[in-house]
Amino acid sequence: MAKSYQLKMKQFKEFVRKEFYHILRDRRSLLLLLAMPIVLMIIFGFAISNEIKNNSLAVYDMAKDQASQKIIEAFKASKYFNISYNIYSEDEIEKMFRQNKAALVIVIPSQFNSNLIATNKAAIQIIADASDPNTATSLINYATSIITEYQSSLNQQANIPYQIQTETRMLYNPELKSAYTFVPGVMGLILMLISAMMTSVAIVREKELGTMEVLLVSPLNPVLIVIAKAIPYFLIGVINVLTIIALSVFAMGLPVEGNFFLLLAESMLFIISCLSLGLLISTMAQSQQVALLISLLVLMLPTMLLSGFIFPVENMPKVLQWISNIVPATWYILMIKAIMLKGLGFASVWKENLVLIGMTIFFLAVSIKRFNIRLD
Amino acid sequence: MKIVLWSTSIKANSQWLIAVSRIQNNMENKAITTDKLTKRFGDFIAVNEISFEVDKGEIFGFLGANGAGKTTAMRMLIGLSKPTAGKASVAGFDVYQQTEKIKKSIGYMSQKFSLYEDLSVQENIDLFGSIYGLQKNILKQKSQQLLSNLKLEDDKNKLVQSLPLGWKQKLAFSIAIIHNPQIVFLDEPTGGVDPITRRQFWDMIYAASANGITIFVTTHYMDEAEYCNRVSIMVDGKIEALDSPNNLKKKFEAKSMDEVFQQLARKAKRADG
Repeated sequence: MAKSYQLKMKQFKEFVRKEFYHILRDRRSLLLLLAMPIVLMIIFGFAISNEIKNNSLAVYDMAKDQASQKIIEAFKASKYFNISYNIYSEDEIEKMFRQNKAALVIVIPSQFNSNLIATNKAAIQIIADASDPNTATSLINYATSIITEYQSSLNQQANIPYQIQTETRMLYNPELKSAYTFVPGVMGLILMLISAMMTSVAIVREKELGTMEVLLVSPLNPVLIVIAKAIPYFLIGVINVLTIIALSVFAMGLPVEGNFFLLLAESMLFIISCLSLGLLISTMAQSQQVALLISLLVLMLPTMLLSGFIFPVENMPKVLQWISNIVPATWYILMIKAIMLKGLGFASVWKENLVLIGMTIFFLAVSIKRFNIRLD
Repeated sequence: MKIVLWSTSIKANSQWLIAVSRIQNNMENKAITTDKLTKRFGDFIAVNEISFEVDKGEIFGFLGANGAGKTTAMRMLIGLSKPTAGKASVAGFDVYQQTEKIKKSIGYMSQKFSLYEDLSVQENIDLFGSIYGLQKNILKQKSQQLLSNLKLEDDKNKLVQSLPLGWKQKLAFSIAIIHNPQIVFLDEPTGGVDPITRRQFWDMIYAASANGITIFVTTHYMDEAEYCNRVSIMVDGKIEALDSPNNLKKKFEAKSMDEVFQQLARKAKRADG
């Protein structure tokens, strides 16, 4: 008995070693697998940022007084704006936009300071190019907040009693950094891609090459074949999680508020559900291309669009919200946000845990059933 | 009345005993037996009640046009597919109940080239050796013997993908019999290989057969059919002929196995493919 167990272990070890050879010898793919999180982090972190920095700003200062100078100073100090142009007539305003010289124009009317002091009221016009409404809205928000800040500094000096101030606080993400929203999303996407897509492709490749048949005819247990295939991808998934966390902590200044090990454990759970999903795909696909296509359509698109990674689930139509509920990454991203950003513990993510475990069991059960049918 | 009844029961019993001993006898001498083995896919009968026996140590050629059902029949024998009806035993084990035992007793080389291209020669040997449960020292000895037989000692650390196709096929065959199986199943093993290498490949098959390994081989090449001890020819899911090549040629008044095959295959109704 012990001897047969030993032989089984040796069989298994030799088989896992073979899987590592496959991955380690395909240097290009390996590099891709390890570099993908870094590239995605850079793309989402810097290129596709929700923050819009260093916008060129044109100022039409008709007042040229103390208050207008202060406001212009404040804009200059902001990281969101560079004052590129001073303009001197109304005609130039449209020219600025037409020639793409400025993203925003502020107009300070004459007598600005005296109006402000005499009537406690003064107007500033902010003009944005709304052909890109999202950018325009953000820019106007930035500009308004700069002006409000100046206003409150005036109020403090004036010492007017019974001043009512509204104070907005952005919880968990005080600076509205986009890293907070995309890091959990990138983790979900990467793990889904690597664990599910790569395993499905790896298994289907053996079918295509004909080696799977030889393995199925051998005394090797089919379950062991699948586990052995999953092990290297599980490891790569864990390395990817660590890479992403390291990048977000050290390069983007996003701390892990909650328990690091809980974060890691939940990521491992998610990797396992992705692996089982990959297995399911491999039972449906007969060629690597088909496996790749199913992975892209069934996994990547919903993970990107419906998991709350890019678009908030709450804003989706009801039907899409339902679909979003069956995307595993939705639950993982919820957990990661809770642990990483809010610092919550296991007590607040157990429900998501149950859902993921349930999905994993479902994927595995269906794959085993399909696997047996295929053998018939 | 009573006595008669008693005597008939003895008679029945002894007949049953004879039948049992015959089966056991068969199992001792036969590597494969099938009895009305059938496989249906919906309305389509891929394999239609085929019955045949393969002796131990025999080189048995399993011929048929594409779509005749020979691959399906073979898949049932090696445990990749469950029969719909009929009986079959391989190496003395039942194909329904004892597939695990069958898997340990057979070797298999698939139609598609079936080694790992990105593993070296030695790594492929070690992998399949340990999959078939060879002990470390036995595996080492076997692999040395294998490498020297194939004169691959100097190339053992080369990746398999760098070998010429003929060498790959020979290596694949050697690895398929590394665990000394009772029977080895070869599914069109020489596809795409030049005639000289094919001849060498058949030398290896003869050597394996001389060592007591039963060879079950499917092929498209009719010159290869001549090398077999006996051949069966499948047409439309049925075995239409089964005998030694010489007897078949006499029976069909043909000069070569190719002619025999042409005469039988002409009757086929199923589309080629």
